[in-house]
Order: sequence, then structure tokens, then C-alpha cells
Amino acid sequence: MAKKVHVTTTINGEEREFLCEPRQTLLEVLRDDLDLTGTKEGCSNGNCGACSVLLGGKVVDSCLVMAVETEGQDIETIEGVASPEGLHPLQQKFLEHAALQCGICTPGFIVAAKALLEKEPNPSEERIRLYLAGNLCRCTGYDKIVRAVQDAAAVMSKA
Amino acid sequence: MATQTEDFLGITDYKVVGSSPVRHDGVDKVTGRAIYGTDLNLPDMLFAKVLRSPHAHARVKSIDTSKAEALPGVKAIVTGADLVESAEDEMADLGEEIVRIKDLTAAVLAHEKVLYHGYPVAAVAASNIHIAEEALDLITVDYEVLPHVLDVREAMKDGAPLVHEDQKTKSLGEQTDKVSNISSHFRTELGDIKQGFEDADIIVEREFNTEMVHQGYIEPQNATAHWNADGVITVWCSNQGAFGVRDQLAKILAVPVSKIKVIPLEIGGGFGGKIKAYLEPIAAVLSKKTGHPVKMIMTRTEVLQATGPTSGSWVRVKMGATHEGKLVAAECELVYESGAFAGSPVGAGARNMLVPYDIPNAVVDGYDVTVNKPSTSAYRAPGTTNAVFAAEVVVDELAEKLNMDPIDFRLRNSAKEGTRRADGPLNKRIGHVECLEAVKASEHYNSKLEGKNVGRGVASGFWGNGGGVSSASASVNADGTINLVEGSTDIGGTRTSIAMQMAEVLGISVEDIRPQVGDTDSVGYTGVTGGSRTTFATGWAAYKCAQDIKEQMSARAAIMWEISEDDIEFDEAVFQSKSDPSKSITFKEMAGKLDSTGGPVMGRATVKPSGAGGAFAIVLVDVEVDEETGKVEILRASIFQDVGKAIYPPYVEGQMQGGVAQGIGWALNEEYVYDENGVLRNSSLLDYRMPTCLDLPMIETHIIEVPNPGHPYGVRGVGEVPICPPPAAVASAIYRAVGVRIDDLPMSPGRVLESMWSENGAAK
Repeated sequence: MAKKVHVTTTINGEEREFLCEPRQTLLEVLRDDLDLTGTKEGCSNGNCGACSVLLGGKVVDSCLVMAVETEGQDIETIEGVASPEGLHPLQQKFLEHAALQCGICTPGFIVAAKALLEKEPNPSEERIRLYLAGNLCRCTGYDKIVRAVQDAAAVMSKA
Repeated sequence: MATQTEDFLGITDYKVVGSSPVRHDGVDKVTGRAIYGTDLNLPDMLFAKVLRSPHAHARVKSIDTSKAEALPGVKAIVTGADLVESAEDEMADLGEEIVRIKDLTAAVLAHEKVLYHGYPVAAVAASNIHIAEEALDLITVDYEVLPHVLDVREAMKDGAPLVHEDQKTKSLGEQTDKVSNISSHFRTELGDIKQGFEDADIIVEREFNTEMVHQGYIEPQNATAHWNADGVITVWCSNQGAFGVRDQLAKILAVPVSKIKVIPLEIGGGFGGKIKAYLEPIAAVLSKKTGHPVKMIMTRTEVLQATGPTSGSWVRVKMGATHEGKLVAAECELVYESGAFAGSPVGAGARNMLVPYDIPNAVVDGYDVTVNKPSTSAYRAPGTTNAVFAAEVVVDELAEKLNMDPIDFRLRNSAKEGTRRADGPLNKRIGHVECLEAVKASEHYNSKLEGKNVGRGVASGFWGNGGGVSSASASVNADGTINLVEGSTDIGGTRTSIAMQMAEVLGISVEDIRPQVGDTDSVGYTGVTGGSRTTFATGWAAYKCAQDIKEQMSARAAIMWEISEDDIEFDEAVFQSKSDPSKSITFKEMAGKLDSTGGPVMGRATVKPSGAGGAFAIVLVDVEVDEETGKVEILRASIFQDVGKAIYPPYVEGQMQGGVAQGIGWALNEEYVYDENGVLRNSSLLDYRMPTCLDLPMIETHIIEVPNPGHPYGVRGVGEVPICPPPAAVASAIYRAVGVRIDDLPMSPGRVLESMWSENGAAK
């Protein structure tokens, strides 16, 4: 077994250090070593988006990132989306629009949609669908998810 | 007319039912705080992985685990020899699927043979998951590869390789001596089929093939188990029924149910595929061997290879109608793959496929056939989508040949209250006509669809819905709020739809009820979340539990006022004396007086309702076919569904939309692809292609409410029927778009192109 590697990152605004094996993915370290289990595992080969996190502001599947690659990087997970003041508008709109059923894909969708709205405050329906096409939901048929993102965009643009 | 209980109360001014509160578990699920099965980490926990068969069919001659055992970090290895082989030949009802008990054990880990690619052979527990994976590579299994059979009709033939050398066909209720892959054959008959076809002026007959498809839940199967030194087994899992897991474990491990506690954690989708206990027994046995809690999670490849799927099938449908447009005869033959073990959902398909129509003469034959593929599991309206696809395409063609509008043709022949179903029962109050009329009146149906290669299709579907047993208990807090414990796994908002029914009775807000799903030690027996039964049956348990609370609180008011209980009425959340209206107290105020009138109040209820009302859905789709690539684009989709009463409308809509999305995936893309060696070639979510949000339009929902007479609030199950109509609706739309009828699923680009070429000559 290879020796563990010391990694320093920033996760949800706080510096976090951890030791990991070179074969561990970011997803595994987040969930099993750092107890950040809000990021979900659906396929572990980059096809479902349940493990979406922001790495340097970009959406990535954390199952496709090796933990050792995150040295010095800024990571944002679902746990960092809400603030002490309350839920993020996307979280609020997902609740209001019933945009989740089982909820396992929800953290990934919210993280990905947040990245979209930070770059493009007023995306079209087509653009939302394209941007979120890397996130699979098997329960909702996506209708209410797309509407929740549209509504969140409208609220955030006004704020 | 069959007698039926009229439980429907006929309420028209609901306070809570029909509203749209935020679900109780919502914040946890949008913040990542909710604890799903795989999120649990216990002290001193081990991780385990399963070694699976690379062959479709083989005899396991020997398993050498010595090298794996020597790997540092490996704690224990189990094989089929570590499980007690069950001899029980009877069938057990798991709630939405039926299995032979001895098969249940054999399916956990191979005993003598492996029966499909991905069959579990051995499992390793180690100090971390990577060591467990490494150890799998060090296990040597000596296989004697056997001939396999994959195609369901090949499997029926004499001389086909036998999946089970001792399986004998049960035919028309009789056990025969015929050794065969056909585990059972049944038939339902109504009227005189020969006369029916003689009366027909137009007859359409087609054969349909569908492939295995997977439920596709995003959370893989997982289980954590601890077998304590005192013999008590605790299991944490995300399964559709905690009691179902307990029952299966008791059979597989030969342990009394009282020694097993199953704690349901949040579940990431199921659709019928998370009823069987695949990993729970393995984790339990590994825990017994090591003394540690053992956690297991399947990879996506394992999920696709070895859980679910639902049956591929061959279906033949022949229907006849008169020139006047009256359906007079239907003859159907359904041949379903059950995978490695008997028990496909062919029975449900046969029962449901003709229910939308009043057909006087009908014969349906069903065959359950074992093949060297994974053992099938329930999938949303099990068995029914395959059958509805076939029946509805034939109905569409009959309408076309009669020059009738497809909705008018269905209205002309629609089943109604009192008409007899092809499988025997008389219809109770049903809403197919109301759904058809709603389609006919809709803007979508009346809109113009113009352009090249575009077409519109429509199809009906029916699912019978389930009843089953449910339990609930609730304690009243001093501030008038209630903690409700119910037994149904919540896969999509049912905590709230159940709590809403309790709130309606007590006149309090649903936010004043805190619902939770109990474990098997803390709530009464409750069947699986399946069969679209949860809001219907567990909702009824909550309703009855609320009545119990109401009566007990009323008795306390009587003590307080020193009057007779009969003198008290309860209305709008207020207890009041009938003889002295000045004696009046709200539910909340009364809750604060429980201590002084005798102590806490707890309500309880168990139910086993028989009045589950069947549900109809009609799906309307517009498609555009790309003539260069054969790709089908869904331009517009609408669903019209009789839900009885929508308790929690946004989540009713969600079920309708989700079912349509799965049905469209089944129609256009999804299929299991096996090579000639019986190896599954598309076991990833890239290659097993489920719809993304770019593949679908908004899905327009039309809720139709024809109350179910068999429920206090008129509830019909809503979850399952929406998956049934889309494949037929899409097939009919493709026909309208490009003039070819495709009888095989999925209607993938290649298949659409081939059909267009064979119909129209060479490629344009």
C-alpha cells in the first residue's frame, strides 16, 4: 500500500487538512474521511452527477477527481450552500416546487445549478437543461427541477 | 354487481387535504443533511465486497479463498456454504413480487451453480473497501461453464439449456412432471373467443418484443449489519420495506424475527427494485464471523448486473372490432423472462392490459420463463408496461383502420363501473371515461401539429393498485402538536401525504405533526412501499390513528367537564358539549390538559384495507423523427390521470411526470444488451441510457379526481400507472410522423432508421 499523502484544501470556506491514499477519490475522502456525506455516490464513474461539487468554482464529478489533486484547491459542497441566515434561494425553490422526490440527486443538482446561476443569472430553459444534463434524476422527469431553477434565477436577479 | 364497502366520506371542503405544504423532510434533503443508507458510518466498521460470476451459466466446482484470506486487512470471507440452504419450496409474497423461499437463499450467494453474469459467489470483509476489492482478485473459482439461454422463446423450446434441472412447469393450476424453463403457464378466459372473432369485421394481430430494463434508481443498493454477541441482528438499509427485509432475513438466516431489528434510513429511489434483500444477509453473516458491523455498497455495474431489472418479453395481441367500432374480441399471449428464478410479473401484465376496455370475448395466456439473466424484480406497475405497449398499439391500429379518432374509439369501448374485466372482476367506480374526455377537451389534443416528420400519439394504461397492511402510532404533545410514527419507507413525500390525512381529521395544520418512519422495533407491521399503496393504506392508518386520538381526547374533555362522552362533539378542531355549548375547548388547549385528566394520550391504528381503487392514465405525446439519424425527439407530453383524490398535489404531479419520463426512456433508449456469451455489455449509466433533462420537455399534468369509494378521502394510488402508456403513445406518434409501426422496444435511432428503410426502401 502506498503511503498516505497530506493534502491541504479549502472546503466550504474553511481550511481542511487530510491524509489520503493516492487511490482515493475526492468523493471517498469527502464522504468517508471528512464526514461530508451530503455529496452522494450514484455511479462512481462520472455518469450521474450525484457527487457534483465545485472545484475552483467549476462543477466536477468528485468521483472523477483524485483527492490528492485537490492540494491547494477551493472546494464547495452541498453543506456549504446554505448559510446561517437560511437556505439558498435554490434550496428554497426546490422545496416550494417539489423538485425532489427521493432526494438522492438533489445535492448534485443544487450545486450544479448554483454554478450555472453564478455565471449566467438569467438562463433560458434550454440552457438550464443543457447545463444540468450531466445530473441524472430518475424520480421527477426534471419538470419541477427546471422550474425551481428558473424561479430561483428570477428571485436572485431581483435581489 | 359486486358488493363493496363505501368508505368514501364525500367531504368537499377539505382543510389540509389537497394543499401544498413543504414536506417535513425537505430541508434535510436540500441541505445534504438527510442520512441515506450509505451515509451511515459506525465505529469499528468493516467494508465488504462481493465476487461475481463472469459466466452466464456455470457449475461452481471449487472456491479457493486462501490467498485472499492471507491479505493483510482481510477479516472474513463467506461463500454459499456459510448460508443454510433452504428447502422450503413454497412461494413467499414480498409485497409487490412473489418468490420461492429456497430461491431467496440461493440468490444471495451461489450454492452449486451461477445462473447469470454477475451472480454473487463470495464476499470479503476487510478493514477498508480497497482491501476488500483487492482480495476479490485473489479468490480462485473453478467453474465448469454450461450452455446458457438468453432468449425467452428459445428458452421455452424442448432441448433448451435448463436454468434449473429440477424446475417443472405448473400449467393451468396443475403441477406437471415436465422439466422446463417454463415455470408456469396460466390463462384467463371471458366469453366465447371464437364467436368474438367471427363477429369482428376488422382484425389486427401483432407481435412485440421488449428487452429487460432497469429501475435506474440513483442510489445503489447498500446495507450495514451488526450481528451482536447476544444474537440480536441490527440492519441499517435503504429498502422499500423494513419489515420485508426482516422477513427475508429471518428466512435466509433461520433466525426468529424478534432477533432482527431493521432500521430504515433514507432511500434514494426504488421503483420496485429495492424490495429484495441482496446485501443485507451477506453483511449479517460477515458481521457474525467478525464481530464487527459490516457495511456494503454496490457499484453501479453490480446494480445493473445483479439487481432489478424487469422482464424482457414477447407478446402477441390479436384484437377484432366491428365496422361500427365495437371491440368484440381480444386474444393475447404473454411470454415474460423471470431471469434466473421463477416469478416474473407476467400475471399483473395479463390482468391489467385489457382493463381500459369493455371486451366481451377475451383470452389471455401467460408464461413465466427462466433464462440466464438476473432474477427480475418489481418495476413500477410490474409487468404492465410491456403488455399495455402491445395492447395499445393494436387498439391504435384498429382505430386507424376504422377511420375513427383514437380517443373516440376508446370512448366507444371504454370500461365503466359495472362492466366485466377480461380477467373476471366487475369494475367498481373507475375513471377511464373521465380521463378520455379530459384528453378530448384539452388544448394539447386540439392544438395543430405541423411540420415534416412530426406525429402525435396517445395511449391508455391501467394499474390495479395495492392495499396491504399498515400501522401508525402517535403521541400528543402538551402544546397540541403530534409525533407520528408510521411504517412506510418514504421514497417521495409520503411522510407528508400520510400526516396530512391525520391533520385533516384533527383540524390541525400539517406542520403541527412531526411524522417519522419507524424501525421494526418501534412501529407496527407495515408492508413495503410499493403497489401505489402508501398514501392509500398508511394514510388510512394515520386517519384511523387520528380518530383514536380524537376519541381519547373527547373522553378527557368529558372527565374535565364531568359530563358524558356522548355529550361531546368535535368539529373544526374544537371539542364542545352538545347540551351546554359554553363548554368548549380547542384541540390544542385540550392537549395541555392531558396531565390533569389522566396522563398522556397516544393513538394507534392498524389497517388492512381491501378497497384499493384501480387507476387509469392516458398519455399524449408529440414527436419529431430525424430522418437522417432515426432519433426521436419528444416535442410535447401530457398526462391525464385519475388519482381519486390528490392528497398532496405537487407530489401527485411529480409521480405522474416521473412515470412518464421512465416510460419515455423505456420507449426510446433503455435496454439490457447481452453478448453471445451472456455477458451484459452496457452496465454503466453512460451505456444504459436513461433520459437526461435535455431529452425531455416539460410534462403537462392533468389531475382527474374520480373518488375511490374504498377510501375515506377517495384516494387511489398514483405512483405506478403513469409509466404504462408512454411506449405505446410514442410508437403511435412515430407511426403518424413517418409511417412505420415499430413493435419492438426500445425505439432507438438505429431501430427507427431500419424500420423506415424496410418500409420505404433504401436510405434517402
